[in-house]
Amino acid sequence: MSFVLTCPICGPREVTDFAFGGELSSRPKQPPGFRELCEYNYFRRNVAGVQREWWYHRSGCRTWFQADRDTRTNEVLRVGLPGSFEA
Amino acid sequence: MNRLPPQPGERIDRNRSLTFTFDGKPVDALEGDTIASALFAAGRRTFSRSFKYHRRRGLLCCSGACANCLVQVDGAPGIRACTEPARPGAVVEHMNARPRLDFDVMSITDRIGGPFTPPGFYYKTFKWPRKAWPLYEKVLRNAAGLGTLPQTQGERTWKTEYRRRHADLLVIGGGAAGLAAATTAARLGADVVLVDENPVLGGRLLWEGGHQLAAELAGRAQAAGVELLTGASALGHYDGLIAVWQDSTLHQIRSRHQLFATGAIEQPLMFAGNDLPGVMLSGGAERLMALYSVAPGRRAVLVTSSDRGLTAAVRLRRAGLQIDAVADLRETRSAAANATASSGVELLSGWTAVAATGRRQVQAVTLAPVASVAPGAGPMPRRELQCDLLIVSGGDAPAVSLPSQAGASAAYDADSGTFRLAPTPPTVSAAGQLTGHGGVRAAGISGELAGLRAAAALGLAASAEHDQRVAELEQRLRAELTEADTEAPPPPDCGDPRWGRTFACLCEDVSAKDIHRGVEEGYDSIELCKRFTTVTMGPCQGRMCQLASVRLIARETGQSLTAVGTTTARPPWSTVPLGALAGVPLEPAKRTPMHAGHLELGANIKWAGDWQRPYDYGDPDAEVKAVHEAAGLIDVSTLGKLLVSGPDAGLFLDRLYPNRLSNLKPGRVRYGVLTNDAGRIMDDGTVCRLDEDTFYVTTTSSGAGAVEQWFSWWLADWGLDVELTDVTQALCAVNLAGPRAREILSRVTELDISREGFAYLDARQAPVAGVNALLLRIGFVGELGYEIHAPAAHGEQLWEALLAAGAQDEIRPFGLEPQRVLRLEKQHIIVGQDTDSESNPYNAAMPWAVKLDKDEEFIGKWALARAAGGAAQATLVGFKLGNGQVPLEGAAILDPAGAAAGQVTSARRSRRLATVIGMAWVPAALATDGATVTIADRGSRLQATVVTEPFYDPGGELLRS
Repeated sequence: MSFVLTCPICGPREVTDFAFGGELSSRPKQPPGFRELCEYNYFRRNVAGVQREWWYHRSGCRTWFQADRDTRTNEVLRVGLPGSFEA
Repeated sequence: MNRLPPQPGERIDRNRSLTFTFDGKPVDALEGDTIASALFAAGRRTFSRSFKYHRRRGLLCCSGACANCLVQVDGAPGIRACTEPARPGAVVEHMNARPRLDFDVMSITDRIGGPFTPPGFYYKTFKWPRKAWPLYEKVLRNAAGLGTLPQTQGERTWKTEYRRRHADLLVIGGGAAGLAAATTAARLGADVVLVDENPVLGGRLLWEGGHQLAAELAGRAQAAGVELLTGASALGHYDGLIAVWQDSTLHQIRSRHQLFATGAIEQPLMFAGNDLPGVMLSGGAERLMALYSVAPGRRAVLVTSSDRGLTAAVRLRRAGLQIDAVADLRETRSAAANATASSGVELLSGWTAVAATGRRQVQAVTLAPVASVAPGAGPMPRRELQCDLLIVSGGDAPAVSLPSQAGASAAYDADSGTFRLAPTPPTVSAAGQLTGHGGVRAAGISGELAGLRAAAALGLAASAEHDQRVAELEQRLRAELTEADTEAPPPPDCGDPRWGRTFACLCEDVSAKDIHRGVEEGYDSIELCKRFTTVTMGPCQGRMCQLASVRLIARETGQSLTAVGTTTARPPWSTVPLGALAGVPLEPAKRTPMHAGHLELGANIKWAGDWQRPYDYGDPDAEVKAVHEAAGLIDVSTLGKLLVSGPDAGLFLDRLYPNRLSNLKPGRVRYGVLTNDAGRIMDDGTVCRLDEDTFYVTTTSSGAGAVEQWFSWWLADWGLDVELTDVTQALCAVNLAGPRAREILSRVTELDISREGFAYLDARQAPVAGVNALLLRIGFVGELGYEIHAPAAHGEQLWEALLAAGAQDEIRPFGLEPQRVLRLEKQHIIVGQDTDSESNPYNAAMPWAVKLDKDEEFIGKWALARAAGGAAQATLVGFKLGNGQVPLEGAAILDPAGAAAGQVTSARRSRRLATVIGMAWVPAALATDGATVTIADRGSRLQATVVTEPFYDPGGELLRS
């Protein structure tokens, strides 16, 4: 699995420059029950399609940013700093 | 020396000789020789024994394509002698033959083993009686495989360097076409990389009389700015990235466009005894003569299915080789065939070889008309000719594997009898003989054309001139091709089993009959037949045998070759050591500023992650004793160090840690355990408040990166007004510990370090030995101590000053091992050793680290609130054993029934306490002070006593002194 990912600060790099931070998930707002807590900690949607996810530029500027990537083709549709995507 | 007179373009330097050994005997060689060329010149004809039948094999391709010359060089198995340079003092050994290459006991399998080793024999034979299987396995295991690996391995002598290269255009193949394409694109402004597996660029030009042209073409490419990598094999295509292996560097090349000029691979012919030493491809014979000035034989017969063999014959004869007869599979004579006949050589048109015979090597060849080889064709007129060299040329199969991996497809072309590239994806193109444009002129035009098209695809050449040039080249190419070579696809199998085996796959010893059997047994598709017979699965990866296997399966199943198709092309295409793909890569070794000092003091340095750290300074027991009785100094610069500052800094830390940090007063330090949302321990360290808005956080050495990543992620998510600065490498740190620590420190600082002025868990900033420092009174090692943090540039000065100041008290530097003993005496955990990903602060016996009543909701609170209420299964406790065995870390704790119910995480002998101490996870019911637990350690059962408070100074009075 190898593709090019563009860091919003540094520009395009091999994906191995980065650490994957998982899909965006929403943290429970109220203290969750056991089931909800376990789902938050251990379950992922893991879509076969476009996924919004976290990336960390560990070999470079060490910025956390987000990307929209199609998990079937590894095509990255867009990258941006947190908060720069519309909800 | 057995060399020909100097050949133009020869690679050897006749003035520089060298010697290597083969199976213990010295072999003379010249600089520029390969191991094979030197051995051949010295008279060797058998280079290896085949995989299954241990048949003699000799040089066939001389180009690294087949597997006939695999040898072991300086202990490394699987080296192709025909491309490996001869080096002085190299120790070369044969593989796969015992006791000697020329007398191999296992060749008995060739004589009688056939019925026991048909394809897939391991599913059919050696099964009965079942009890005998362990014996069969032992025998087969010894018989299988090629070469031997050393039983032990010392420090690796090389490490892989990984290199990333992004380019506009990658050209794979540095022959006439590849060089033309690369030069053309580079002149138009493309950033071009060209890779070629041979040591010199030029491909076939080099041994077909065009070495000067090759040098010229290479020079033009270099002048145009192409990055040229020689001795660089392309391994395969991985998601748009091509891996190329060169010496000990793995180039990972990603380009916007890929141009394949990989040429074509000369194919052998199918006849009985086609694997005998002395059967050589025309290209192999030409390389031996032209590059190494070695005569491939004395009397030769040449059999060819195209003009390639005929033009080779002209050059070979010019160099002095005697060719007694030429058999051309084509009935109709081409211009080249007529020329051959006129030159005085006997030419048999429409004839082919049906058998090669000889003891140990070719001594005679039997020729027959092609038409008579067909089944049901009646009696066969035959000619038998004596020879010691049988040159064969069965057509050129385009090397489509790499472009296929990149997304191109290959289709069968009936005219040439080979598989040709079909249209390629938009970012992939091809040129030269690979696309059927062989011959130096056609290849050059084809390459230039491909270069122009690639440049256009890259957006570099949009002009009328460009289109004009393309049209011109296309016309010239068409003209070249109308005069092109005619080929006659050879019959699938011209051999009669009565004369011996006809091999389809030399690497795996698969004969035509084996393919027949495989199809007969029902494995009648190429993918199934390949897996069942293992044809094409050897070191040559189908270079010599894929086409032959497709022809045979087509014949057996009655299908067309198009219907049969080829198997999926997969990487690696070229041989590559495992270390290239999975070994430890070159990485910067991290050393602290005091490293030179440690070496001077005689430290035993070991790796701790990617840090080089002192393990001890020669006497760990004495170092422990010094810390207890006088003073010790340890370099802890490797600790992670983070500055967290801003108006929201306290809030930020309160949300991350399970305990309260926002109420920490400036000048105070607190121990913190970091938990994740499942309540599990991630890391531990200290948090010190420097002022209202600034906190200084330390982490474990190995967790520094992960904690920084964790902190910055939450910061990015929460968007608080906090700045995070990683100062791990900007600052160094030392821990001065022991009863004399205060006295020693007072000699190098003006700071009030009295017990009242600088209490336990205080933090102070002051110069120490002239260096601005942050001092933290904390105690990982259990004695009065000061952790001193300072700018890294002053580390050596600080270290030396403290050792000098403590000399009169007999201060000792101490390393990781004594530190481990000391911290264990205090039951201070090491995250990752005493804890794992299931450990939380409750079952790790640190409930005081969690403040559930804290105002701010912290990460892990939800899970810890549940854990606080529930019953723990296993708990971390300390234990002691009488002064006997030190259990291995990882030894099992047994429950009363004798089942494993926990494990020992740390264990050491404490001289101070005169007992063995340790920490272990034990069932909750046994986690009470004084309980007895059983440890299963290397066959013994040890009875240990649980101790739930620190072994040494449980009240912590020494720390607070």
